[in-house]
Parts: sequence; structure tokens; C-alpha cells
Amino acid sequence: MTTMLETHDLSKSFSMKRSSLSRAASAIGLSKQADSRVYAVNEVSLSVSKGEVLGLVGESGCGKSTVGRMIAGLLPATSGTLQFDGKDMTKPSVDTHLNIQMVFQNPYASLNPRQRVDQVISEAAIYHGLVEKKNAQSFVAGLLKQVGLDPTYASRFPHQFSGGQRQRIAIARALALNPKFIVCDEAVSALDVSVQAQILNLFMDLRESQGLTYLFISHNLAVVEYIADRVAIMYLGRIVELADTRSVFARPNHPYTQALIADAPRLDAKVVEHRPIQGELPSPLNPPSGCTFHPRCPHAMPRCSQERPPLVKISDGHWSACHLNDAAMRAGEATAAEEQPITMLHHDQVN
Amino acid sequence: MALLEVKDLVTEFHTEDGVAKALDNVSFTLERGKVLGIVGESGSGKSVTAFSLMNLVDKPGKIAGGEILFNGDNLRLASAKRWSELRGDRIAMVFQDPMMSLNPVMRVGAQLGETVAIHNKLPKAEVERRVFEALKRVGIPAPLERMRAYPHELSGGMRQRVAIANAIINKPDLIIADEPTTALDVTIQAQILYEMKHLARQTGTALIWITHDISVVKDLADDLCVMYAGRIIERGAVADVIRDPQHPYTRGLIDSLPHAENHGKRLYSIPGATPPLLSLPPGCSFAPRCSRAQSTCNATPPVFKLESREHRCFFPLG
Repeated sequence: MTTMLETHDLSKSFSMKRSSLSRAASAIGLSKQADSRVYAVNEVSLSVSKGEVLGLVGESGCGKSTVGRMIAGLLPATSGTLQFDGKDMTKPSVDTHLNIQMVFQNPYASLNPRQRVDQVISEAAIYHGLVEKKNAQSFVAGLLKQVGLDPTYASRFPHQFSGGQRQRIAIARALALNPKFIVCDEAVSALDVSVQAQILNLFMDLRESQGLTYLFISHNLAVVEYIADRVAIMYLGRIVELADTRSVFARPNHPYTQALIADAPRLDAKVVEHRPIQGELPSPLNPPSGCTFHPRCPHAMPRCSQERPPLVKISDGHWSACHLNDAAMRAGEATAAEEQPITMLHHDQVN
Repeated sequence: MALLEVKDLVTEFHTEDGVAKALDNVSFTLERGKVLGIVGESGSGKSVTAFSLMNLVDKPGKIAGGEILFNGDNLRLASAKRWSELRGDRIAMVFQDPMMSLNPVMRVGAQLGETVAIHNKLPKAEVERRVFEALKRVGIPAPLERMRAYPHELSGGMRQRVAIANAIINKPDLIIADEPTTALDVTIQAQILYEMKHLARQTGTALIWITHDISVVKDLADDLCVMYAGRIIERGAVADVIRDPQHPYTRGLIDSLPHAENHGKRLYSIPGATPPLLSLPPGCSFAPRCSRAQSTCNATPPVFKLESREHRCFFPLG
């Protein structure tokens, strides 16, 4: 399979603006407070093959949306590189980024309430010269049909539609630029279950008919397990585990992934009493030392607070960033990585 | 006697475009110490149920019929004074957004203390002790410090815990929770579900847990009500309803959930969309979307009861 998108050590940090008084105070030596930076995304290396769906999972504040925005060219990366179809796209540029479009979570916020649907959908395509203004009507009608909406809806305003229909309009808008790659940032999270199923089916249909590749960002593990071919799990700005979907859900390696899967409510799991993982995502302003997960990890060792575990290959196509793998491998358990270095009791999917 | 008995509750909204029947003859009972899950999609009436039970339905809405028996007392006849005695003391509510229920300019300790002091004449030290205990019970670390914090200084999960502490602090008979974990992360949701389950068991407080996600209530609830367009269309023990749903809508809802086994296949999706409340189809409002519908469905299906299960469908499954 050909690689469509590749990021190498992609990072993003934001500097915290201080008040002028506070800056003046440091300048004359009254305050020792230095400029602080938030490292939202750290050294994220991903590759997505043509036609693949890569799931990006994590909790609020883990940096998954920031990764999506950098890939879509909405945010410049602080460091690292981004390649698309073999071309460097680290610096967002209009022409190359037309190939990457984005669908957002909230279709109530992402559509301009003052624009009619035909304008919403055709505006960017006309601006970029992909379609002439006089052909816009048939162009919009074609796109509306493609996303399962009646072409006569073109002259309506967004408020006249339901949430699911609005999300279809947002998808039509993304498709208008004939993209090869779509970043879906929680694109089905705000929808009702029955509508969510319709939109997921639409994504799958478009993948087949248009040969689209997706980065599917979501906190909903069931949705990711259903739609993604491979899954990357993020925690506090870093990827902690990356593998094909089946391995991640059947044999989660990183303790965080294990906790995430065990804690997600699911209909098909047996009733099991388990104590959920404690604590919350620490502030990225002041991340814990070493492995950022160690304060919540049930298996933390002294080493975990001192040394950050690198993302290493633990089996074919399965990457994880945990010191336990090291220990397990060194102990000579040849199949340790395959079989889980640590026992997980509470999920029936985990053997 | 059941703790809560709701009989044929009707709540209507009188709008310029007509009368929307948000609740249409909703009936259920809840025993002391039990957990009832109410599941439905947007607009199904699950939140209106909660607001009706708390007598919080505002104009243009009003409760137009039915009875709410709480400890045998018909709450529909209760005065405003009686309601302020009940709310926060015997019946408490937890909302989806804790920022909506917490006062942003009051310290956490003071807010919770107020809930105690309004309903009980107690020395200040005892009030503070109860606040401390409640915060500890919902799993808030360092409760003494948190009592001095303002809501904005807490994370979303901590705020929701404070809102829950505020609900349990007077040991109410009933807590109504309206999508309390929807805005939270998976691991935080799991923590809160775990704690709620234990709290309900220990204190004997009955719980109504409203959610759009059937898998959230699967392990928490004893009974489950499924709502569609203002009606409870199916009711029964949670495991029974999930294992073998009788109403085609419940079946559709469960089949629409993505999971590993249908990876790569098309998901089942219920055809059509939820009808607007102002123009509900006559009879069974699910009929236009239902593959089993026949002309009989033009009449409103009554509640069919069999042992502990109930549904409103002329052609039930299984």
C-alpha cells in the first residue's frame, strides 16, 4: 500500500501570554516566572496509507484535535514534518491543502447560519476555480445527492435542518474540493445513535466510491473499533500505542489503552465489577516527569517517573510506549509482548 | 408502596404553531433503592420527564394530566412551599452541565453547605462536616481544600462530582440524573458510574438515570424505559430489554450501535428520522419508520403487559 500521509515528529506548543505587568516584574528581577509553554502535541509520527482509516483516540486535552488541525493545515506545526503524497506540506499552503478537508464535531457551529446551503457547499470550490459560478447549481445538486440529501434543499438555510442533515451538508462541503484525505474530528459525536449509524455508513460509502482516506478522531472507542483499520492512542500529547484495530482491542499493551478499553461502556460486555482507573488527565502546562501516565498507572515502577518510555515496536505492526515491555522482553519471555506483560482481569475481550 | 409512581403523565408545550405533546401518558414505578434507566434520542421526552418530576417545566410548557405519587403523596397537588421543601432534600437532580447547576461565584463548600442549611437547622460545624463527608463520598481528593475552591477552578469531572455531592448531601429518597456523564471523558465517566452504583446501594437512594447511550445504563440500572416521541415504548429489566427487545424501535436502536463484529460492514440504521412533536403521525409514532407496521398501527398502541415487561407495539418482536 502506498503511503498517503506521513508525519514525522510533529509537535505543537503554544506559549502562554503573560500580562505586561508580570513581564515587567521579571525584567527588573522582581519575579522569577519564566515564559511558559504548553506542549500540546509532542513528536507524533504517523503514516496513513491510501484508502485507510486511521483512528486517533484519546480523552479531552490529549492533543488529538491539534494533530488533526495540523494535518488539515489549520495550524502550523512548531516542529516536525508533514508529507502528503510524497510532497512536503509542513508549511500550510492553500493549493496543496485542498487535498485535505475536515469535518467538525458540531454541525450547528461549523455551518454559517447566514449562508444558504448552496453557498455553504460551493463557496470554496468557486473561489479555488474548481467550478464556474454558472455551473454551481448542478455542482451542488450532485454533491447533495452524493451525501443523501434532496437537491431541492439547496436554497434552504442550515437552521432548517436536523443535526444529521447538517452533518451531511458539512460532508458535502468537504467533498466539494475533491479531497483525497478527510480529517473527521469527532464527526459523529454530537449525533443520536440512529443518525450516527447513517453518517458512519455514508463515510464508508464515500471511502469506497471516492477512494477516500480518513483520519478519524474520536473519543468513542466503539465507533473507532467499528470504522478504523488502525488505531493510535494518545495521552497528554504523545502517542502511547499504535496498532491495527484488532490487536489494540484484543491485546491492548499500554496500561492506558487497557484502562480506556475496560472503562468504555459497551453493550456486548458481560457485567463485571471493576474499579475504573483513578485520577484525571494531568495539566499539559505541568506534565508529570518520565512517563506522563505514571501517576495514574497501576503498574508504575520507580523508573517510570524518571525516564520517558519511547514508542517501540513490540510485535509486527504493534507499537507501544511502556517500560513494562522492556522488562518483559529482558526477562526473556519471548512471547511477552504478544501475550500481554500484565494481566487485565476485567474485560471479556481481553484474553 | 413504591417510592415513586408515575401514572399517565402528560406534559404539553403550547407554542404558536400548536400544542406539542412532549410526554404522552408516561407511566412507571420505582421502588426504594432501585435504579431506573431512561433511554431515548433527542426529542424523545427523556429530559422533559425529569423536569416534570421535579416540577420544573416552564411556560409555554405545563403538566396537563396524570399523577406523580411520591411516597404516596400526589405531587401534582403540592404547593410551591412543599416543592421547595422537597427539592434538594427528598428529591435531588443532577444536570448534564455542572456549570449550569453550580453557582460560579460561590465557593464549593458554601454551596453545599447552603443545601444542608436550607433544609436542616444545624450548627455550622455539623454543616461543614456533612459537606466534607459528601465530597469524600463522591471520590473528591482533598475535600477540605476543594471546599474553598470556586467551580471554575475544578475540572469537568470534579465539577460533576460536586454536583452529585450536592444531590446526595441530604440523603434524598430519589435522585434524578439527566445525562450526568455525557460531557465527561470515558475514564471519568467510568469512575462516576462506579461510585454512583455503590452510593445507591449503600444509601438506599432510588436513582433515575437519563441517557442517550444505552450501554451506559446497562450495568447501572435495574429497569429500563425506552422513550420515543414522548411515549415509553418499552419497559422491563435492563438485561431483558437489551437481550431481547420487543419493540422494533428498541431493536433498531441496539442494532445501530457500532461494534467490532460489524467492522467493515454497513451498520443497521433505522430508516427515516424522528418525527417533530408538532406533527406526530397518528397512532404509533414509530409506524412510518417500522418494517412491521400494518394498518392496525394507525391506532395508538396501548401498553401491553406480560409479567414484568411492558411495550407499546401491536406486532412485537420475538
